[in-house]
Amino acid sequence: MPYFAPANQEIQRPVSNTFIVLSVLAALFLNGLPWEGIWLMLRPDFVAVVMLYWCTHKPLRVGVGWSWAVGILADVADASLFGQHALAYTLLAFGGVVLHRRLQMFNLRQQTTHVFGILVLTYAVYALVHWQVNGYVVWAYFLGSLTSTLLWTPLSIMFQAVRQMRTERERT
Amino acid sequence: MIDNTQSFQFFNRGPSPAARLVFFAVLSLLLLFVDSRYRYLETTRSTLSVLVAPIQQLATMPSIVWRQASSFFVTQHRLVDENELLQQRHQRDATQLLQFQALQQENNQLRNLLALTQRGKFTAQLAEIVYAERDVFKRRILINKGESDNVQAGQVVMDDIGIVGQITRVYPWLAEVTLITEEDHAVPVQVLRNGLRTIVFGAGDTSRLSLRYMPVSSDIQDDDILVTSGIDGIYPPGIPVARVEKIERDAAYPFARVICLPLAGVNSHHHLLILSGLTQLPERPAELPVAAKINKGGRAKKEKPEVP
Repeated sequence: MPYFAPANQEIQRPVSNTFIVLSVLAALFLNGLPWEGIWLMLRPDFVAVVMLYWCTHKPLRVGVGWSWAVGILADVADASLFGQHALAYTLLAFGGVVLHRRLQMFNLRQQTTHVFGILVLTYAVYALVHWQVNGYVVWAYFLGSLTSTLLWTPLSIMFQAVRQMRTERERT
Repeated sequence: MIDNTQSFQFFNRGPSPAARLVFFAVLSLLLLFVDSRYRYLETTRSTLSVLVAPIQQLATMPSIVWRQASSFFVTQHRLVDENELLQQRHQRDATQLLQFQALQQENNQLRNLLALTQRGKFTAQLAEIVYAERDVFKRRILINKGESDNVQAGQVVMDDIGIVGQITRVYPWLAEVTLITEEDHAVPVQVLRNGLRTIVFGAGDTSRLSLRYMPVSSDIQDDDILVTSGIDGIYPPGIPVARVEKIERDAAYPFARVICLPLAGVNSHHHLLILSGLTQLPERPAELPVAAKINKGGRAKKEKPEVP
Protein backbone atom coordinates (compact mmCIF):
# COMPACT_ATOMS: atom_id res chain seq x y z
CA MET A 1 0.00 0.00 0.00
CA PRO A 2 1.60 3.30 -1.03
CA TYR A 3 1.37 5.36 2.14
CA PHE A 4 2.54 8.58 0.60
CA ALA A 5 -0.03 8.59 -2.18
CA PRO A 6 -3.28 10.45 -1.53
CA ALA A 7 -5.17 8.20 0.83
CA ASN A 8 -8.57 9.01 -0.56
CA GLN A 9 -9.88 5.48 -0.99
CA GLU A 10 -8.44 4.36 2.32
CA ILE A 11 -10.43 6.94 4.17
CA GLN A 12 -13.76 5.79 2.79
CA ARG A 13 -13.38 2.34 4.29
CA PRO A 14 -16.05 1.40 6.84
CA VAL A 15 -15.19 1.21 10.51
CA SER A 16 -17.16 -0.27 13.37
CA ASN A 17 -18.21 1.71 16.40
CA THR A 18 -16.56 -0.87 18.63
CA PHE A 19 -13.22 -0.14 17.05
CA ILE A 20 -13.63 3.61 17.62
CA VAL A 21 -14.62 3.15 21.27
CA LEU A 22 -11.84 0.64 21.90
CA SER A 23 -9.23 2.93 20.37
CA VAL A 24 -10.34 5.83 22.60
CA LEU A 25 -10.29 3.61 25.69
CA ALA A 26 -6.81 2.38 24.73
CA ALA A 27 -5.69 5.99 24.37
CA LEU A 28 -7.07 6.84 27.83
CA PHE A 29 -5.20 3.80 29.16
CA LEU A 30 -1.92 4.90 27.53
CA ASN A 31 -2.34 8.41 28.94
CA GLY A 32 -2.94 6.87 32.37
CA LEU A 33 0.28 4.88 32.50
CA PRO A 34 2.55 6.07 35.31
CA TRP A 35 4.70 8.51 33.32
CA GLU A 36 7.18 10.41 35.43
CA GLY A 37 9.72 13.18 35.17
CA ILE A 38 11.09 13.82 31.70
CA TRP A 39 8.88 11.08 30.23
CA LEU A 40 5.83 12.95 31.48
CA MET A 41 7.00 16.04 29.60
CA LEU A 42 7.58 14.00 26.44
CA ARG A 43 4.39 11.99 26.76
CA PRO A 44 2.25 12.40 23.65
CA ASP A 45 -1.41 13.07 24.31
CA PHE A 46 -2.69 9.77 22.91
CA VAL A 47 -6.32 10.74 23.42
CA ALA A 48 -5.90 13.96 21.43
CA VAL A 49 -4.23 12.19 18.52
CA VAL A 50 -6.83 9.41 18.42
CA MET A 51 -9.73 11.89 18.61
CA LEU A 52 -8.14 13.95 15.84
CA TYR A 53 -7.78 10.83 13.71
CA TRP A 54 -11.46 9.96 14.02
CA CYS A 55 -12.57 13.58 13.57
CA THR A 56 -10.70 13.79 10.27
CA HIS A 57 -11.57 10.29 9.04
CA LYS A 58 -15.12 9.88 10.28
CA PRO A 59 -16.32 13.46 10.88
CA LEU A 60 -19.98 12.48 10.70
CA ARG A 61 -19.70 9.98 13.51
CA VAL A 62 -17.07 11.45 15.80
CA GLY A 63 -17.37 15.20 16.10
CA VAL A 64 -17.21 18.06 18.50
CA GLY A 65 -19.76 16.63 20.93
CA TRP A 66 -18.05 13.29 21.40
CA SER A 67 -14.66 14.96 21.77
CA TRP A 68 -16.12 17.14 24.48
CA ALA A 69 -17.45 14.06 26.31
CA VAL A 70 -14.08 12.32 26.04
CA GLY A 71 -12.46 15.52 27.30
CA ILE A 72 -14.66 15.43 30.40
CA LEU A 73 -13.54 11.84 31.05
CA ALA A 74 -9.93 12.92 30.60
CA ASP A 75 -10.51 15.72 33.11
CA VAL A 76 -11.79 13.22 35.67
CA ALA A 77 -8.92 10.83 34.96
CA ASP A 78 -6.30 13.57 35.21
CA ALA A 79 -7.91 15.37 38.16
CA SER A 80 -7.63 18.60 36.19
CA LEU A 81 -10.29 21.29 36.28
CA PHE A 82 -13.66 20.31 34.87
CA GLY A 83 -13.75 21.47 31.25
CA GLN A 84 -10.02 22.01 30.79
CA HIS A 85 -9.40 19.00 28.55
CA ALA A 86 -12.97 19.29 27.26
CA LEU A 87 -12.38 22.80 25.95
CA ALA A 88 -9.08 21.82 24.35
CA TYR A 89 -10.55 18.72 22.69
CA THR A 90 -13.59 20.67 21.48
CA LEU A 91 -11.24 22.97 19.60
CA LEU A 92 -9.22 20.01 18.36
CA ALA A 93 -12.33 18.31 17.02
CA PHE A 94 -13.47 21.51 15.33
CA GLY A 95 -10.10 21.82 13.62
CA GLY A 96 -10.29 18.19 12.53
CA VAL A 97 -13.85 18.41 11.22
CA VAL A 98 -13.28 21.67 9.35
CA LEU A 99 -10.02 20.50 7.77
CA HIS A 100 -11.04 16.89 7.08
CA ARG A 101 -11.65 17.38 3.33
CA ARG A 102 -8.30 19.05 2.88
CA LEU A 103 -6.48 16.41 4.94
CA GLN A 104 -8.06 13.64 2.87
CA MET A 105 -6.40 15.08 -0.23
CA PHE A 106 -2.98 15.17 1.42
CA ASN A 107 -0.39 12.48 1.93
CA LEU A 108 0.80 11.68 5.42
CA ARG A 109 3.68 14.15 5.45
CA GLN A 110 1.47 17.04 4.40
CA GLN A 111 -1.13 15.93 6.93
CA THR A 112 1.47 16.05 9.67
CA THR A 113 2.10 19.79 9.25
CA HIS A 114 -1.62 20.51 9.62
CA VAL A 115 -1.90 18.14 12.57
CA PHE A 116 0.99 19.93 14.27
CA GLY A 117 -0.85 23.24 13.99
CA ILE A 118 -4.05 21.84 15.44
CA LEU A 119 -2.22 20.10 18.28
CA VAL A 120 -0.21 23.18 19.22
CA LEU A 121 -3.45 25.15 19.38
CA THR A 122 -4.98 22.45 21.60
CA TYR A 123 -1.99 22.47 23.93
CA ALA A 124 -2.03 26.27 23.99
CA VAL A 125 -5.70 26.33 25.06
CA TYR A 126 -4.97 23.90 27.87
CA ALA A 127 -1.96 25.93 29.02
CA LEU A 128 -3.92 29.18 28.72
CA VAL A 129 -6.65 27.90 31.02
CA HIS A 130 -4.00 26.79 33.49
CA TRP A 131 -2.30 30.16 33.30
CA GLN A 132 -5.58 31.98 33.90
CA VAL A 133 -6.43 29.88 36.95
CA ASN A 134 -3.01 29.32 38.53
CA GLY A 135 -0.93 32.14 37.11
CA TYR A 136 2.06 30.31 35.65
CA VAL A 137 2.96 28.15 32.65
CA VAL A 138 5.50 25.35 32.36
CA TRP A 139 6.93 25.80 28.86
CA ALA A 140 8.27 22.25 28.68
CA TYR A 141 4.64 21.20 28.50
CA PHE A 142 4.60 22.13 24.80
CA LEU A 143 7.15 19.38 24.05
CA GLY A 144 4.16 17.06 24.25
CA SER A 145 2.63 18.63 21.15
CA LEU A 146 5.77 17.71 19.18
CA THR A 147 5.74 14.07 20.27
CA SER A 148 1.99 13.90 19.65
CA THR A 149 2.59 15.11 16.09
CA LEU A 150 5.27 12.46 15.61
CA LEU A 151 2.69 9.91 16.71
CA TRP A 152 0.32 10.87 13.87
CA THR A 153 2.06 8.91 11.07
CA PRO A 154 2.50 5.57 12.88
CA LEU A 155 -1.01 5.83 14.28
CA SER A 156 -2.54 6.51 10.84
CA ILE A 157 -0.65 3.61 9.28
CA MET A 158 -1.64 1.30 12.10
CA PHE A 159 -5.32 2.23 11.99
CA GLN A 160 -5.41 1.92 8.19
CA ALA A 161 -3.85 -1.53 8.45
CA VAL A 162 -6.37 -2.66 11.07
CA ARG A 163 -9.26 -1.34 8.99
CA GLN A 164 -7.86 -3.02 5.90
CA MET A 165 -7.62 -6.29 7.75
CA ARG A 166 -11.22 -6.05 8.89
CA THR A 167 -12.61 -5.30 5.43
CA GLU A 168 -10.66 -8.14 3.88
CA ARG A 169 -11.91 -10.53 6.52
CA GLU A 170 -15.48 -9.43 5.87
CA ARG A 171 -15.06 -9.88 2.13
CA THR A 172 -13.85 -13.48 2.37
CA MET B 1 -26.32 29.38 7.50
CA ILE B 2 -30.08 28.77 7.26
CA ASP B 3 -29.84 28.64 3.46
CA ASN B 4 -27.10 26.12 3.75
CA THR B 5 -29.07 23.67 5.83
CA GLN B 6 -32.18 24.07 3.64
CA SER B 7 -30.28 23.13 0.52
CA PHE B 8 -29.07 19.89 2.09
CA GLN B 9 -32.30 18.74 3.60
CA PHE B 10 -32.01 15.04 2.63
CA PHE B 11 -29.13 14.43 5.01
CA ASN B 12 -29.98 15.96 8.31
CA ARG B 13 -26.64 16.48 9.99
CA GLY B 14 -27.73 18.68 12.84
CA PRO B 15 -26.11 22.01 13.61
CA SER B 16 -22.89 23.04 11.84
CA PRO B 17 -19.46 22.36 13.40
CA ALA B 18 -19.06 26.05 14.19
CA ALA B 19 -22.33 26.12 16.12
CA ARG B 20 -21.31 22.99 18.02
CA LEU B 21 -17.89 24.47 18.73
CA VAL B 22 -19.45 27.58 20.23
CA PHE B 23 -21.95 25.57 22.26
CA PHE B 24 -19.43 23.14 23.73
CA ALA B 25 -16.75 25.78 24.24
CA VAL B 26 -19.19 27.92 26.22
CA LEU B 27 -20.26 24.84 28.18
CA SER B 28 -16.61 24.03 28.98
CA LEU B 29 -15.89 27.60 30.03
CA LEU B 30 -18.96 27.56 32.27
CA LEU B 31 -17.81 24.30 33.86
CA LEU B 32 -14.31 25.71 34.29
CA PHE B 33 -15.66 28.80 36.00
CA VAL B 34 -17.95 26.85 38.32
CA ASP B 35 -15.26 24.29 39.14
CA SER B 36 -12.44 26.74 39.82
CA ARG B 37 -14.54 29.25 41.77
CA TYR B 38 -17.14 27.28 43.66
CA ARG B 39 -16.20 23.60 43.50
CA TYR B 40 -19.86 22.56 43.11
CA LEU B 41 -19.08 19.62 40.88
CA GLU B 42 -17.34 17.26 43.29
CA THR B 43 -20.24 14.75 43.33
CA THR B 44 -20.38 14.70 39.51
CA ARG B 45 -16.65 14.16 39.47
CA SER B 46 -16.75 11.23 41.86
CA THR B 47 -19.66 9.68 39.90
CA LEU B 48 -17.75 9.96 36.63
CA SER B 49 -14.61 8.67 38.30
CA VAL B 50 -16.39 5.31 38.72
CA LEU B 51 -16.48 5.14 34.90
CA VAL B 52 -12.80 5.97 34.54
CA ALA B 53 -11.59 3.93 37.53
CA PRO B 54 -11.32 0.57 35.67
CA ILE B 55 -9.06 2.13 33.03
CA GLN B 56 -6.99 3.79 35.71
CA GLN B 57 -6.66 0.54 37.62
CA LEU B 58 -5.64 -1.21 34.42
CA ALA B 59 -3.04 1.48 33.73
CA THR B 60 -1.33 0.76 37.04
CA MET B 61 -0.99 -2.93 36.20
CA PRO B 62 2.23 -2.71 34.12
CA SER B 63 4.14 -1.02 36.92
CA ILE B 64 2.78 -3.47 39.50
CA VAL B 65 3.74 -6.42 37.30
CA TRP B 66 7.18 -4.90 36.73
CA ARG B 67 7.70 -4.39 40.45
CA GLN B 68 6.63 -7.95 41.26
CA ALA B 69 8.78 -9.36 38.50
CA SER B 70 11.82 -7.45 39.67
CA SER B 71 11.20 -8.46 43.29
CA PHE B 72 11.07 -12.07 42.11
CA PHE B 73 14.60 -11.85 40.79
CA VAL B 74 16.17 -10.35 43.90
CA THR B 75 19.17 -12.34 45.03
CA GLN B 76 19.37 -14.10 48.36
CA HIS B 77 22.53 -12.20 49.15
CA ARG B 78 20.83 -8.82 48.81
CA LEU B 79 17.93 -9.91 50.96
CA VAL B 80 20.25 -11.07 53.73
CA ASP B 81 22.13 -7.78 53.59
CA GLU B 82 18.95 -5.76 53.71
CA ASN B 83 17.60 -7.85 56.54
CA GLU B 84 20.73 -7.25 58.57
CA LEU B 85 20.56 -3.53 57.93
CA LEU B 86 16.93 -3.41 59.01
CA GLN B 87 17.73 -5.40 62.16
CA GLN B 88 20.42 -2.93 63.11
CA ARG B 89 18.19 0.01 62.44
CA HIS B 90 15.39 -1.61 64.42
CA GLN B 91 17.60 -2.10 67.47
CA ARG B 92 18.85 1.47 67.30
CA ASP B 93 15.34 2.80 66.95
CA ALA B 94 14.02 0.57 69.74
CA THR B 95 16.34 2.10 72.31
CA GLN B 96 15.37 5.57 71.18
CA LEU B 97 11.73 4.60 71.33
CA LEU B 98 12.08 3.51 74.95
CA GLN B 99 13.56 6.88 75.78
CA PHE B 100 10.81 8.53 73.81
CA GLN B 101 8.13 6.76 75.82
CA ALA B 102 9.72 7.88 79.06
CA LEU B 103 9.95 11.43 77.76
CA GLN B 104 6.34 11.34 76.62
CA GLN B 105 5.26 10.26 80.08
CA GLU B 106 7.28 13.04 81.61
CA ASN B 107 5.88 15.54 79.16
CA ASN B 108 2.32 14.48 79.93
CA GLN B 109 2.95 14.83 83.64
CA LEU B 110 4.50 18.27 83.22
CA ARG B 111 1.59 19.35 81.04
CA ASN B 112 -0.78 18.07 83.74
CA LEU B 113 1.07 20.04 86.38
CA LEU B 114 0.85 23.20 84.29
CA ALA B 115 -2.81 22.49 83.42
CA LEU B 116 -2.12 22.50 79.70
CA THR B 117 -4.17 20.34 77.35
CA GLN B 118 -2.50 17.10 76.34
CA ARG B 119 -0.92 16.82 72.96
CA GLY B 120 -3.24 15.13 70.50
CA LYS B 121 -2.55 11.55 69.58
CA PHE B 122 -2.97 10.62 65.97
CA THR B 123 -3.39 7.32 64.25
CA ALA B 124 -1.98 6.54 60.86
CA GLN B 125 -3.49 4.65 57.96
CA LEU B 126 -1.23 3.07 55.37
CA ALA B 127 -1.91 3.90 51.72
CA GLU B 128 -0.19 3.15 48.46
CA ILE B 129 0.51 5.61 45.66
CA VAL B 130 -1.47 4.81 42.56
CA TYR B 131 -0.04 7.50 40.31
CA ALA B 132 2.52 10.18 40.81
CA GLU B 133 2.06 13.63 39.23
CA ARG B 134 -0.29 13.07 36.31
CA ASP B 135 0.17 16.51 34.91
CA VAL B 136 3.24 18.59 34.13
CA PHE B 137 1.69 21.55 35.88
CA LYS B 138 0.69 19.97 39.14
CA ARG B 139 2.44 18.41 42.08
CA ARG B 140 -0.19 15.87 42.93
CA ILE B 141 -0.44 12.16 43.56
CA LEU B 142 -3.35 9.76 43.87
CA ILE B 143 -3.42 7.17 46.62
CA ASN B 144 -5.48 4.00 46.90
CA LYS B 145 -7.57 4.95 49.95
CA GLY B 146 -10.78 6.92 49.48
CA GLU B 147 -14.20 7.60 50.88
CA SER B 148 -14.72 3.89 51.54
CA ASP B 149 -11.81 4.01 54.02
CA ASN B 150 -13.08 7.15 55.77
CA VAL B 151 -10.46 9.40 54.28
CA GLN B 152 -11.42 13.05 54.42
CA ALA B 153 -10.20 16.09 52.59
CA GLY B 154 -7.72 18.06 54.69
CA GLN B 155 -6.00 15.08 56.29
CA VAL B 156 -2.23 15.15 56.40
CA VAL B 157 -0.12 12.64 54.49
CA MET B 158 3.44 11.75 55.46
CA ASP B 159 6.02 9.08 54.80
CA ASP B 160 8.51 7.64 57.27
CA ILE B 161 10.66 10.79 57.17
CA GLY B 162 8.34 13.77 57.01
CA ILE B 163 5.31 15.55 55.66
CA VAL B 164 4.44 14.76 52.04
CA GLY B 165 1.25 16.73 51.55
CA GLN B 166 -2.41 17.06 52.27
CA ILE B 167 -5.50 15.34 50.91
CA THR B 168 -7.41 17.76 48.74
CA ARG B 169 -10.04 15.65 47.04
CA VAL B 170 -11.65 12.33 47.89
CA TYR B 171 -13.06 9.85 45.38
CA PRO B 172 -14.92 6.63 46.28
CA TRP B 173 -11.73 4.53 46.16
CA LEU B 174 -9.00 7.07 45.61
CA ALA B 175 -7.82 10.26 47.21
CA GLU B 176 -5.84 13.08 45.68
CA VAL B 177 -2.86 14.37 47.65
CA THR B 178 -1.48 17.82 46.94
CA LEU B 179 2.23 17.81 47.68
CA ILE B 180 3.82 20.48 49.83
CA THR B 181 5.89 21.48 46.78
CA GLU B 182 2.73 22.65 44.95
CA GLU B 183 2.85 26.36 44.25
CA ASP B 184 1.47 28.40 47.17
CA HIS B 185 0.84 25.39 49.37
CA ALA B 186 1.61 26.61 52.90
CA VAL B 187 2.73 24.66 55.96
CA PRO B 188 3.20 26.37 59.33
CA VAL B 189 6.62 25.36 60.62
CA GLN B 190 9.21 26.26 63.21
CA VAL B 191 12.96 25.99 63.16
CA LEU B 192 13.93 22.99 65.25
CA ARG B 193 17.10 24.67 66.55
CA ASN B 194 15.54 27.79 68.09
CA GLY B 195 11.78 27.49 67.75
CA LEU B 196 11.45 30.40 65.32
CA ARG B 197 7.98 30.21 63.82
CA THR B 198 7.32 30.79 60.14
CA ILE B 199 5.45 29.42 57.15
CA VAL B 200 6.98 27.40 54.35
CA PHE B 201 5.54 27.66 50.83
CA GLY B 202 5.80 25.36 47.83
CA ALA B 203 7.80 26.78 44.95
CA GLY B 204 5.70 25.17 42.21
CA ASP B 205 7.54 23.83 39.22
CA THR B 206 10.58 22.53 41.07
CA SER B 207 10.83 20.20 44.04
CA ARG B 208 11.71 23.04 46.36
CA LEU B 209 10.15 25.01 49.15
CA SER B 210 10.72 28.60 50.12
CA LEU B 211 10.34 30.69 53.23
CA ARG B 212 8.79 34.03 52.46
CA TYR B 213 8.77 37.13 54.63
CA MET B 214 11.83 36.13 56.65
CA PRO B 215 13.56 39.33 57.79
CA VAL B 216 17.20 39.56 56.70
CA SER B 217 18.33 39.57 60.33
CA SER B 218 16.35 36.52 61.41
CA ASP B 219 18.25 33.72 63.07
CA ILE B 220 18.22 31.02 60.45
CA GLN B 221 21.17 29.04 59.11
CA ASP B 222 21.98 26.53 56.40
CA ASP B 223 20.97 22.96 57.26
CA ASP B 224 18.43 24.06 59.83
CA ILE B 225 15.62 21.53 60.11
CA LEU B 226 12.07 22.86 59.88
CA VAL B 227 9.38 20.92 61.75
CA THR B 228 5.64 21.52 61.82
CA SER B 229 4.59 23.94 64.56
CA GLY B 230 1.07 22.53 64.89
CA ILE B 231 -0.41 25.99 65.28
CA ASP B 232 -3.09 25.60 62.64
CA GLY B 233 -4.55 22.42 64.15
CA ILE B 234 -4.19 20.62 60.81
CA TYR B 235 -0.59 19.48 60.91
CA PRO B 236 0.41 17.68 64.10
CA PRO B 237 3.36 19.39 65.79
CA GLY B 238 6.96 18.24 65.55
CA ILE B 239 7.00 16.40 62.23
CA PRO B 240 9.99 17.20 60.00
CA VAL B 241 9.16 19.11 56.83
CA ALA B 242 12.25 20.56 55.20
CA ARG B 243 15.93 21.39 55.48
CA VAL B 244 17.27 24.85 54.71
CA GLU B 245 19.35 24.63 51.56
CA LYS B 246 20.42 28.16 50.75
CA ILE B 247 19.94 31.60 52.23
CA GLU B 248 20.42 34.78 50.22
CA ARG B 249 20.63 37.87 52.35
CA ASP B 250 20.53 40.94 50.18
CA ALA B 251 20.46 44.25 51.99
CA ALA B 252 18.49 45.79 49.12
CA TYR B 253 15.44 43.71 50.01
CA PRO B 254 13.65 43.66 53.35
CA PHE B 255 13.33 39.87 53.30
CA ALA B 256 15.88 37.12 52.91
CA ARG B 257 15.44 34.53 50.18
CA VAL B 258 15.44 31.14 51.87
CA ILE B 259 15.34 27.98 49.73
CA CYS B 260 14.54 24.69 51.43
CA LEU B 261 14.40 21.08 50.27
CA PRO B 262 11.62 18.81 51.48
CA LEU B 263 12.86 16.01 53.74
CA ALA B 264 10.23 13.46 52.79
CA GLY B 265 10.82 11.53 49.61
CA VAL B 266 8.06 13.47 47.91
CA ASN B 267 8.74 11.76 44.60
CA SER B 268 10.20 8.44 45.58
CA HIS B 269 8.03 6.37 47.91
CA HIS B 270 5.33 3.85 47.26
CA HIS B 271 3.73 3.79 50.69
CA LEU B 272 2.43 6.75 52.64
CA LEU B 273 0.71 7.29 55.96
CA ILE B 274 -2.55 9.20 56.29
CA LEU B 275 -2.86 10.80 59.72
CA SER B 276 -6.24 11.00 61.40
CA GLY B 277 -7.70 11.76 64.78
CA LEU B 278 -6.04 15.10 65.45
CA THR B 279 -7.28 17.19 68.32
CA GLN B 280 -9.94 19.67 67.41
CA LEU B 281 -8.90 23.17 68.30
CA PRO B 282 -11.59 25.33 69.90
CA GLU B 283 -13.50 27.44 67.40
CA ARG B 284 -11.79 30.71 66.62
CA PRO B 285 -13.81 33.50 68.17
CA ALA B 286 -15.64 35.78 65.77
CA GLU B 287 -13.63 38.92 65.24
CA LEU B 288 -15.11 42.19 66.36
CA PRO B 289 -13.97 45.15 64.29
CA VAL B 290 -12.01 46.75 67.13
CA ALA B 291 -10.73 43.53 68.63
CA ALA B 292 -9.58 42.43 65.21
CA LYS B 293 -7.34 45.42 64.88
CA ILE B 294 -5.64 44.82 68.19
CA ASN B 295 -5.35 41.14 67.47
CA LYS B 296 -3.74 41.78 64.12
CA GLY B 297 -1.24 44.20 65.53
CA GLY B 298 -0.33 41.77 68.28
CA ARG B 299 0.18 38.95 65.88
CA ALA B 300 2.28 40.94 63.48
CA LYS B 301 4.58 41.89 66.32
CA LYS B 302 4.81 38.37 67.56
CA GLU B 303 5.68 36.96 64.17
CA LYS B 304 8.45 39.32 63.36
CA PRO B 305 10.30 39.85 66.60
CA GLU B 306 13.68 40.27 64.93
CA VAL B 307 12.86 43.21 62.71
CA PRO B 308 15.33 45.95 63.57
